[in-house]
Amino acid sequence: MEKFEKLTGIAAPMPLINVDTDMIIPKQFLKTIKRSGLGKNLFDEMRFDDDGNEIPDFVLNKPQYRNSEILIAGDNFGCGSSREHAPWAIKDFGIRCVIAPGFADIFFNNCFKNGILPIVLPQDVVDVLMKDAEKGENARMTIDLEAQTVTTSDGETFGFEVDSFKKHCLLEGLDDIGLTMEKAASIDAFEAAASAQRPWV
Amino acid sequence: MSPKTLYDKIWDAHVAHEAQDGTCLLYIDRHLVHEVTSPQAFEGLRMTGRTVRAPEKTIAVPDHNVPTTPGRDDPANMTEESRIQVAALDTNAREFGIHYYPVSDVRQGIVHIVGPEQGWTLPGMTVVCGDSHTATHGAFGALAHGIGTSEVEHVLATQTLIQKKSKNMKVEITGKLSPGVTAKDITLSVIGVTGTAGGTGYVIEYCGEAIRGLSMEGRMTVCNMAIEGGARAGLIAPDEKTFEYVMGRPHAPKGAQWEAALAWWKTLYSDDDAHWDKVITIKGEDIAPVVTWGTSPEDVLPITANVPAAEDFTGGKVDAARRSLDYMGLKAGAPLSEIAIDTVFIGSCTNGRIEDLRAAAAILKGKKIKDGIRAMVVPGSGLVRAQAEEEGLADIFKEAGFEWRLAGCSMCLAMNPDQLAPGERCAATSNRNFEGRQGRGGRTHLMSPAMAAAAALTGHLTDVRELM
Repeated sequence: MEKFEKLTGIAAPMPLINVDTDMIIPKQFLKTIKRSGLGKNLFDEMRFDDDGNEIPDFVLNKPQYRNSEILIAGDNFGCGSSREHAPWAIKDFGIRCVIAPGFADIFFNNCFKNGILPIVLPQDVVDVLMKDAEKGENARMTIDLEAQTVTTSDGETFGFEVDSFKKHCLLEGLDDIGLTMEKAASIDAFEAAASAQRPWV
Repeated sequence: MSPKTLYDKIWDAHVAHEAQDGTCLLYIDRHLVHEVTSPQAFEGLRMTGRTVRAPEKTIAVPDHNVPTTPGRDDPANMTEESRIQVAALDTNAREFGIHYYPVSDVRQGIVHIVGPEQGWTLPGMTVVCGDSHTATHGAFGALAHGIGTSEVEHVLATQTLIQKKSKNMKVEITGKLSPGVTAKDITLSVIGVTGTAGGTGYVIEYCGEAIRGLSMEGRMTVCNMAIEGGARAGLIAPDEKTFEYVMGRPHAPKGAQWEAALAWWKTLYSDDDAHWDKVITIKGEDIAPVVTWGTSPEDVLPITANVPAAEDFTGGKVDAARRSLDYMGLKAGAPLSEIAIDTVFIGSCTNGRIEDLRAAAAILKGKKIKDGIRAMVVPGSGLVRAQAEEEGLADIFKEAGFEWRLAGCSMCLAMNPDQLAPGERCAATSNRNFEGRQGRGGRTHLMSPAMAAAAALTGHLTDVRELM
């Protein structure tokens, strides 16, 4: 997994609440058997019209936000399905960090498995960041995972919380499965005990 | 011992390792797999030289992509991309030696219907699947939730999941339901109260007299939509109905093992003085037949209500509601019962079980659907379909003018050929009314099977109680 340490980039404002995974990546793009190449279909039905032409009003189609690396979003971002195609599409587009007042549980977890940092901040802080993002491409925001801070283009800094294990994995770019396999003895022991207690499982 | 919730008990019985910061390895008893979210996970195993740790606990079935029309066994009847995904599942199931129900098997169906039907899902288990509606299995008192593809790979390789414990929420539905009110109305009404983010960070246990009164099918409908309320999982404590449903199923325990299992299952309930982080109580008699008007499952109103105005809401919901009303082509103040529909879809992991088909057929019996309406029933599994045919339900649907399809996810998410055209409006028994969910530009109103049947007869959203 790609490491996430520090990121300075353009932030795109997307204040809509309840952005669901069907919006992030519609189902017709789930038929792939690969993880890559979904960025061109990110937010497909919001980004393109029925003929495949760009909808100019959509934030990521505006010239100043085409190279966004951060997304400032409304509450409950990523609700809906478990499709990991959603974070795959976000990452493939080039976005490495999403900041919102809240995320749906499965999407939130999926982000960490793909080198994307989802940050939860109170609505009033997100409002400040949204305003900063609305300034466009000159307003670069900085995310420092080690220090757990977001800094606006004006130099205003906000701290954020992140699970210590998830932070460690992102900073080091660690593979979860490899880490778990180091605990194989614990799993073996549990499995032996459980199959004695609940042999019908 | 300190009092525990049902969730606490199942959790504690499955922690294989706990780190100092509370990060746990949760052991997984059943891993269900389908064709859309698993190819990359199996490919990951191959690339790293890993294997499936517990193939005997892993069950695969294609459901999302499969056509529901006759002749679907012939790969030529699938789009190239769908064919590749189903073929990949086929290959992966055989290569890694996991249980598999191919399209040609009568037991094939939607993964969340097949699991319980075959007795793979049992009380007290941990069940995961790369699909958010895994919450369905919580109806058995199993801790069940959706996971992403990276986690699918993690479970395949290690039979565990890296987890931190969620908080406990109790949702109590007291008293009895009124006639015409079903499990779907309960689960939609709860989301109407909590909102789609209200359950975030929680595992919900549904309880109360109205929940106890539901059949296993109804309980599955309730738990299925726990994810729509943002919860990690929904649970219902097992009882005699649960045990009766499970007994004799192909993969349920038998003989002495059944007795041992039953003894443990009977301990699976929340202790009286267990701690709840959040409690919601709704009176069963206050729940009416409901429909959704917008593009979020929280946009729920009784069928007797009018379309709301964006200004009726506060905060970010004002803009969201404005966007929803525009997308749905609805005017504030119009009665919901006057909204004309084009299509009716009865099926999905929410409402594709035998009881759902019985409820819809009871409304349709001896009647014809409104001229010009496209209506389809997609049974949740080949076995549900066979049972419905045996009970004469299929004939009722066909005589009423419904298409009688083969099993699959179908128009719930429209990954197969069953889709809405732009602007087309659908009365659907599925679980999501998101923009574009049933086809780009398609407009979805969620409701119970009985309500969907009523809409098919009249051609507009209808209070089923008027037809009873």
